[in-house]
Amino acid sequence: MTEPVVKTDGHPENPQESPIKDEGLEAGVANLSGDRIEKVIHQILKDETAARFKAYIETCVHCGLCSNACHFYLSNDKNPAFSPAGKVKQTIWEMMKRKGRVAPDSIRRMSEIAHTECNLCKRCSMYCPFGIDIAYMMLVVRRICHKLEVTPLYIQDTVNSHSATMNQMWVKEDEWVDTLQWQEEDAREEIPDIRIPLEKEGAEIMYSVIAPEPKFQAELIYQAAILMKTAGVDWTMPATPGWDNSDMAMYTGDNEIMGRLKRKHFETAMRLRVKKIVMGECGHAFRSVYDMGNRWLGWRMPPVRIVHAIEFYYDLLKAGKIKIKKKYQEPVTLHDPCNVSRGGGLHEKARYVVNAICENFTEMHPNREHNYCCAAGGGVINCGPPYKLNRMRGNRVKADQIADTKAKIVIAPCHNCHSGLEDISRHYKLDVEIKFLINILYEVMEKPSQE
Amino acid sequence: MLPIGGCQMNQTKNWDWNTAEKIVSLKEWGDEANWVEDFQISGDGEQVAAIVNIGPEEFSVRTGNGQWDTSFDKIWNLRFLLDGRLAAFVSIDGEWTVAVDDNPWENRFEYVWNLVSSQDGAHIAAAFQADRKYGMVQDDAPWEQTYYNISEMAMSPDGSHTAASVQTVSLNEGEIGKFAAGVFTAALNGKAWNRNFTNVWKVAFHPSRESIAAEIRLGRSDYTIAVDGIPWNRNYNAVWEPCYDPATGAVTAPVRIGSAWYLAENGDILWDRGFVQLWHHLFSPDSRKIAAVVATDFGKWTIAVDGKPWRVNFDELVMDPVFSPDSQKLAAIVKNRGQWSIAVDGKVWDSHFDMTWKPVFSPDSQFAAVAVESEGGYTFALNGRIWNDRYQAVRDPVFSPSGDKMLLRYIHDGRYFRKVISTGDFPS
Amino acid sequence: MHDLYSFLTGPIAAFSLIVFFGGMLFKILNMVYTVYRKERFILSYISLRYGLRSLVHWLTPFATENMRQHPAMTAVTFLFHICLLLVPVFLLSHIVLMEELLDIRWLALPDSAADGMTAMVVGGCIFFLARRIISPEVRYLTSASDYFLLALVVLPFLSGFYAFHQWPGYPYAVIFHILSGEILLIAIPFTRLSHMIVGLLTRVYTGSEFGKVRQAKDW
Ligand code: HEM
Ligand code: HEM
Ligand code: SF4
Ligand code: SF4
Ligand code: SF4
Repeated sequence: MTEPVVKTDGHPENPQESPIKDEGLEAGVANLSGDRIEKVIHQILKDETAARFKAYIETCVHCGLCSNACHFYLSNDKNPAFSPAGKVKQTIWEMMKRKGRVAPDSIRRMSEIAHTECNLCKRCSMYCPFGIDIAYMMLVVRRICHKLEVTPLYIQDTVNSHSATMNQMWVKEDEWVDTLQWQEEDAREEIPDIRIPLEKEGAEIMYSVIAPEPKFQAELIYQAAILMKTAGVDWTMPATPGWDNSDMAMYTGDNEIMGRLKRKHFETAMRLRVKKIVMGECGHAFRSVYDMGNRWLGWRMPPVRIVHAIEFYYDLLKAGKIKIKKKYQEPVTLHDPCNVSRGGGLHEKARYVVNAICENFTEMHPNREHNYCCAAGGGVINCGPPYKLNRMRGNRVKADQIADTKAKIVIAPCHNCHSGLEDISRHYKLDVEIKFLINILYEVMEKPSQE
Repeated sequence: MLPIGGCQMNQTKNWDWNTAEKIVSLKEWGDEANWVEDFQISGDGEQVAAIVNIGPEEFSVRTGNGQWDTSFDKIWNLRFLLDGRLAAFVSIDGEWTVAVDDNPWENRFEYVWNLVSSQDGAHIAAAFQADRKYGMVQDDAPWEQTYYNISEMAMSPDGSHTAASVQTVSLNEGEIGKFAAGVFTAALNGKAWNRNFTNVWKVAFHPSRESIAAEIRLGRSDYTIAVDGIPWNRNYNAVWEPCYDPATGAVTAPVRIGSAWYLAENGDILWDRGFVQLWHHLFSPDSRKIAAVVATDFGKWTIAVDGKPWRVNFDELVMDPVFSPDSQKLAAIVKNRGQWSIAVDGKVWDSHFDMTWKPVFSPDSQFAAVAVESEGGYTFALNGRIWNDRYQAVRDPVFSPSGDKMLLRYIHDGRYFRKVISTGDFPS
Repeated sequence: MHDLYSFLTGPIAAFSLIVFFGGMLFKILNMVYTVYRKERFILSYISLRYGLRSLVHWLTPFATENMRQHPAMTAVTFLFHICLLLVPVFLLSHIVLMEELLDIRWLALPDSAADGMTAMVVGGCIFFLARRIISPEVRYLTSASDYFLLALVVLPFLSGFYAFHQWPGYPYAVIFHILSGEILLIAIPFTRLSHMIVGLLTRVYTGSEFGKVRQAKDW
C-alpha cells in the first residue's frame, strides 16, 4: 500500500522496450538545473494559475472515475498510468509534493506524458463527477516545459515555423500566393472564369486553412473554390500571412506565440472587412480561434464570427445552394473530431451533412460528444515519429470502434484526425480510407460546368 | 495592402471639387472581355480600372481610357497609388514584375508580392523572390543583398527607404537549436543589422531619419524592442509593434509584464496603468498625445488616450483609431453585440451598421465620415447621419480642403459615379 | 467526565461548527475573489442555465454516462452521500444539542432510520476502501492521505453508531464520537472533503463552458 514510485524511464508496470529519443527533450534536459526547475514551477504555479487550478487540485478525490474516459487508458489494457488523474499524479502532484524540486530527468518524462500521452481532448471532463479539466492541467505542465525549453523537437519546430512565418509548415509568403494562383488556374479547366479571390475587401467570407493544405493537399483548396463558385459565395483569401488558422503554440504552452498568431488571423479578417471566417475541416484550429487564442488576447468570443466547414456545408445544403446529383453509395462512418463536437457542438450538423451526401451511413459507438479522440490531436501527432508507436498503442479502442462499423470509408472532418486515423488504419490493418467531407461533397454535388 | 484613406490636404487641393457628378459606364467592360476582376477606383475618383481576361491565360488592364497595350499571362494586386498611378503585379512568360501604368519594370523575378508605398504614392516597393532568395525591389531597384526569407516589408513615409525582417542563415526543418540562437534580423535598404534574433516582427520607420525599430524575441520567452539592431535593456513577456514619437524620435511600444500590458518608451513604462490588452497605439498629429486600443478588462474594449480609457467599452471590437487633424478628437470603429458603429471621443453614433471602414476627419476636424454597409447595400455616414441611397460598392469618402464638400465614389447599376456633394446635403 | 462532555458539547462544538461554516464560506469567497482578481474571464463564461443543467445531471443518479458505466459505485455513492448529509443534520440527539446551544430545533429522523443510514455510511466507506485497494486505477491514485480521509469520515459514524447502541464503554464512545465529529467538521474546509462545495463550483464552471461556449453536453 505504499505509493507507487514514478519511474522516469517508461511507465510503471509497462516499461518501454526502448526509451524514446527526442532531441528536443535531450537538449532541453541537458540545460536544466534544479534551481531553474524550481523557479519556473513556482512561477507558473504561483503567478499563472489561480483559483481554477487550486479548485481542481483540492477537489479531486482520487476516485479514478475519469479513467475510462481516456482512450490511452482503455487501449493500454487499463494501465492506470494512462488514466487522466494518473497523468496528473505523475506530473502536477509530483511537482507540488516536491515543492518544485524535481529532477531534470523527471521533467523529461513529465514533458513526454503531457505532450504525447494526452490529446487534451477533454473527454475526461465529461466523466469526472466534478468536471475537472485534466486537459487544462496537462497544458499547465506543457507551459512549464515550454518555459524550461523541454518540448519535443517536432512540435517545437512547428511552433518555430508559426513564429517566423505565421503558418505551421514554413510556407513562405510567395509560395502561398503562388499556390492559390496555381489552384485557380487548374480549376479554370473545370470552370473557366472561376476565381480564388485574393484580398477582396468587403467579401462576406474569409476562407482560412491550415498550412498542410497549400503544402501537400492543394486539391482541398481547389475543391473549396469549386464549392464556393457553385454555391455563389462571396469569399476571399488573404495574400498575406494570417491565412493560416492552425496553432501548435497553443499545444506547447507557448501562449505568447499563440496570441500573436491569432491576432494576425483575426486582424487579417478585419482588414478584409469580412463578416465571417469560414475555416477548412480542422479541429484544433477551431479550438484555437474559437476558444483559446481569442481568450489570451482578451476577446470573450472571437471578434469575427467563426464558421467551421461542417457548419458551412450544413448551411449551404440546408439553404439548397448546393444540390446533390447522386448520393455517395459506399458505406461510410463518421469520426466526430473532439474539437468541433465536444468543443463546438457541431456533431448534429455533421450528421445532417453526411446524410445529405451519403446513402449508407453507419454510426460508430460511442459517438457525438462521447466519441473517442483519434489520438493524434492535442499536438500529439505533431510530436512526430518518435511517439508514433505509443500513439498507435494508445488508440486500439478507436480501431475497434471503426472495425465494428464495417464501413470502408471513414469521414473525418479534421486534418489531425485524418492523419491520425490513417496511421491507425495502417497499424491495425483496418484497410479503411479516410476522407474529408469536402472530398465526397465535391464528388456528388452538381457543378456549374455540368449544366 | 496599401494604406487606405487619410489623403493629405496638399494632395486634395488640386482635385476637381466643382463638377457635381462624373459617370463611367462599366457595362461594356464585361462585354468586351471574357471576364473582369478586381475593380479599382483612384483616390481622386477620376479613374477606374480593372483586370480583364482577354484570352486563355491572357490578361490586361482596362481603364476609363481603354485597355493597356500590354497583356500578361497573369495579373494580380491591381492598385491605384495615391498619386494617381496604377500598379499591378504582372507575369511575363512566367517571370514576375511590377507594372506601373502599362510599363513593366526592367527587373524580373520568380515572384513579387506585397506592394508598399510612400505616403504620397510616388514611391513603391515590393518583396521579391529570385532563385529561392528574397529581397525587396524599390522603384525597380532591387536590394543588392538577398536572404533566405523575408517578411514584414515596410517603406519609410517619404519613400526613400525600405526595410523588412529577413532570414540571414539557412535553416533546415528540425533545427530548433539553431533557430533559437537566431537566424532572423531586420534589413534596412537591404543591409542586415549586425546581430540576429530568434524572431523579428513589425518593422517601424522613424518619420524622417534612416532608422528602424522592430519587435524581437530572444530565445523562447524573452521579448523586447530593438532599435537599429540594439535591443532595449529590459525584456518582457511579450511586446507589440513599436512606433516612433514623431517629435522626439523616441521609440514606444506596448509591453507585457506579468499578465498586463503597459506602454513603454525606450524601455521605461510610460502610462501608470496596465491593461488586459493594449495595441495599435498612435500619436496625434501634433505628437502631444498617444492613443491606443485597450481592453480595460476581459472582453471590455475601448480607447485610452494618454493612459486614460474612455468611459464606455465595447464587448467585441475596437479598431482603426484616428486622430482629427487638430489633434483634439479621436474616432474609432467599435463593435458591440454584433453591431458596428463609430465612436468619437467616447460618444457612440446613434446609427449602426453591418460593417464600417476607417473613419476620415474633415480638415477642420468638425466632421467624421465613413464608408459603411447598411441595409443590404453600401453607403456613407457623416457624424452619425446616413446617406439616403445604397450602392453596390463604395470607397472611403474624401473631404475637400475647405471641408465643406465631400467626394463620394461608388458603383451603382453597372456604372461608376464620382460625386461631389456638400456636407450639408446629408440628411439630418 | 461530565465536565469534559459539557466542554466538548459546548464551546468546542460551537468552535467546530464555526470553523466548518466559516471555513467553507471563506473558501467560497476566497475562490470567487481569486477568480475576480486573476481569472476574471471565468466569470464572463459562467452561465446559470448551463451550469445548473450540468449540476442537475450530476446530482441525479444514473443520469450520466459514467454513472451508468459504474452502477455499483453510483448506487453506493448516492446512498453514502445522502445518508452522510442527512444523518448528522436530522439526528435527534444532534437536534437536542443544537437546541441547548442555539435554542433552535427542527424535525428529527426516527432513530431507527438514522441508525440504518449510519450503517450505510459505514458500508459506503468500506466499499470505498475496498475499491481503493482492489481497483488498480484507484490504487494508483491512492496515498496515505486518502485512507486518512476515509478514516476521518468513518470514525464519527462508527463511534456514533456504537454510542447509540449503548454498548460497553458508552461514555468513552460518546466522548470519542464527539471529538471525531468535531475533528471532521474542522477538517472539511481544509481537505479534499471540501469537494462538497468546491466540486459544485467546478461542475458549474465546466457545465457553463461546455453548454454555453462549446455547445455540448458534459454528462
Ligand atoms: C459537534 C459535534 C458533535 C456532537 C456534539 C455530536 C453528538 C452526538 C451525540 C450526543 C450522539 C448520540 C449518541 C447517543 O445516541 O447516545 C450522536 C450520534 C451520532 N452522531 Fe454525532 N455529534 C457531533 C458530530 C457529528 C458529526 C460531524 C457526524 C457525522 C458527520 C455525526 C454523526 C453521528 C451519528 C451517525 C450518530 C449515531 C446515529 C445512530 O447510529 O443512530 N456526529 N452524536
Ligand atoms: C453536496 C455535497 C457532496 C457532493 C456533491 C459530493 C460528491 C462526491 C463525489 C462526486 C464523489 C466522487 C466519488 C464518488 O462518486 O463516490 C465523492 C466522494 C467522496 N465524498 Fe463526497 N460529496 C459531497 C459531500 C461530502 C461530504 C460532506 C463528505 C464527508 C464529510 C464526503 C465524503 C466523501 C468521501 C469519503 C468520498 C469517497 C472518496 C473515495 O473514493 O475514497 N462527501 N463525493
Ligand atoms: S487524452 Fe483526453 S481523456 Fe485522456 S487524459 Fe487527455 S484529455 Fe483526458
Ligand atoms: S474523476 Fe475527477 S475527482 Fe476522480 S480522480 Fe478523476 S479527476 Fe479526480
Ligand atoms: S485530431 Fe481530431 S479527434 Fe483528435 S483531438 Fe483533434 S479534433 Fe480531436
